[in-house]
Amino acid sequence: MSSVFATPRYRRRRWRNRLATTLAIAAAGLGLTWLVLILLVLVVKGVGGLSLEVFTEMTPPPGSAGGLLNAIVGSLLLTILAVLFGTPLGILAGTYMAEYGRYSKLTLVVRFINDILLSAPSIVVGLFVYEIMVAQMGHFSAWAGAVALAILVIPVVVRTTEDMLLLVPTTLREASAALGVPQWLVIRHVAYRAARAGMITGVLLAVARITGETAPLLFTALNNQFFSWNLNAPMASLPVVIFQFALSPYEDWQQLAWTGALLITVAVLGLSILARALSSKKVQI
Amino acid sequence: MMDAAVAGRDIALVHAEGKRATALRRFRRGDIAFKSITLVSAITVLVLLAGVMVALLHGSLPAWRAFGLGFLTSESWNPVTEKFGALPAIYGTVVTSLIAMLIGVPVSLGIAFFLTEICPERLRRTIGTAIELLAGIPSIIYGIWGLFVFAPWFQVHVQPLLIDTFANIPLLDQLFAGPPYGIGMLTAGLILAIMVLPFITSITREVFETVPPVLKEAAYGIGCTRWEVIRRVVIPYTRVGIIGGVMLGLGRALGETMAVTFVIGNAHRIVTSILAPGTTISASIANEFTEAVGELYTSSLIALGLILFFITFVVLAAARLMLMRIAMKAGN
Repeated sequence: MSSVFATPRYRRRRWRNRLATTLAIAAAGLGLTWLVLILLVLVVKGVGGLSLEVFTEMTPPPGSAGGLLNAIVGSLLLTILAVLFGTPLGILAGTYMAEYGRYSKLTLVVRFINDILLSAPSIVVGLFVYEIMVAQMGHFSAWAGAVALAILVIPVVVRTTEDMLLLVPTTLREASAALGVPQWLVIRHVAYRAARAGMITGVLLAVARITGETAPLLFTALNNQFFSWNLNAPMASLPVVIFQFALSPYEDWQQLAWTGALLITVAVLGLSILARALSSKKVQI
Repeated sequence: MMDAAVAGRDIALVHAEGKRATALRRFRRGDIAFKSITLVSAITVLVLLAGVMVALLHGSLPAWRAFGLGFLTSESWNPVTEKFGALPAIYGTVVTSLIAMLIGVPVSLGIAFFLTEICPERLRRTIGTAIELLAGIPSIIYGIWGLFVFAPWFQVHVQPLLIDTFANIPLLDQLFAGPPYGIGMLTAGLILAIMVLPFITSITREVFETVPPVLKEAAYGIGCTRWEVIRRVVIPYTRVGIIGGVMLGLGRALGETMAVTFVIGNAHRIVTSILAPGTTISASIANEFTEAVGELYTSSLIALGLILFFITFVVLAAARLMLMRIAMKAGN
């Protein structure tokens, strides 16, 4: 009996299994360590700069005190506009794919292209909007920034809307169709209602994605040292301010960059956790 | 009297018929309108991708006219003399992404192995979510963290060690030639490795779960170890899906901008040492676009963008095709 377990072959297999298991555990540990390290550094470096002024003062010139008010407001405004532009289009496109054209070739193509847009480099989107808006209008503007972010919102919303609508049982649709309800009302009053939580999750994920986006804003919304509601002019945003301030040689700017980084990360992680909690079904991006 | 009543009922009926017809017409019109709007929206997604391509092609025309295909192979990048070439940026993009894959892929596979076969059921969800949160952290955070925390530590504790260790080994001494800058292509590659980790892990995990339990149980039943089950059953069964996941991660790494921009050093040159500063396509655009003076400079940067878009499109399309294949297999 014991001889079977004592053969060199068995021992080698067991040794290999142990090694692989250990390495896998180490890999998981490594991944978790990075997460903890990044969050820890963010908190340690960012909390020191947190004060009321961060939320009430403008971004300062080097050497003087200030806050991030204009950048925070700019980021909120750009995000809201992007969601307003991108969400309806995304939901409608997703609706076509799941409801009207569920088995059509077009849906296959759109899904394929949408999945590529989902992972396409965001800086290329920035260049695209620069070409079609900034270059044509002759100046940088918050509108351009919002459009660039909206283009990033669309694929996320398309994907989640389609996935969520596909999960709605066909019997629900058939039941209302049997009552004589036309398809568009079935979609609006039955399918949307059944898939609502998942669709909201999609929008939240999209917001989480664009909140931290820097690359598409660099040459669309640009940056603005002052507070501005003018959507036709450059506008500050948290990520771009962090980029500019972190790479500057001034210590108070770098401190503000860390504080902004902490704010953004808390916002993004909060949003993704909220989105997860909202839908028990995992939405995969 | 009687006639009037009948006539009244008839009129009511006709009236109801009319109402019904109007309602039906309205319904039909609503259906046609709603269907058209959704169809147009779906087509807009396609137009968007085509638009990106056309806009970049149009914006980069001056560069292609000035340099021709030589733009792809030229090493010079001189804004003063207006001589531009894409090779150093392409080289940097490929090298940093390769480093990221070399480190990121085994670690991701390890984590997926851990999560599907080793991890206790209770911890699975928590650890899985924690790994996925890594994907949620914005890339600019990786950048600022890489520049201020990782690069200085790397410069003092790891790079000198690498330089000394490989100093007398031919070829490798070229690859790890000093001085230790802290920032550079290896640093950028390592940060990218952390960033692609959650993407590859998440996909690999999913395709691992498409393996029919019967197959695994049969293997366990004849006495296979966990590692043998993964190595001989799970990986062969999901090979296409794993490659798809890896390609998806590669697509991300190739196009990643902010994290790399912070730590790459922005030097348009090709050096054999991976410890040296370099540049990538996306980092060049992020660093130089707003400062670019003159049509040719701007246009050359847009041409870089077009090249990046083309490369990532091919990689991502291949990734999706492979993932579609594994999805079809799981469907059967």
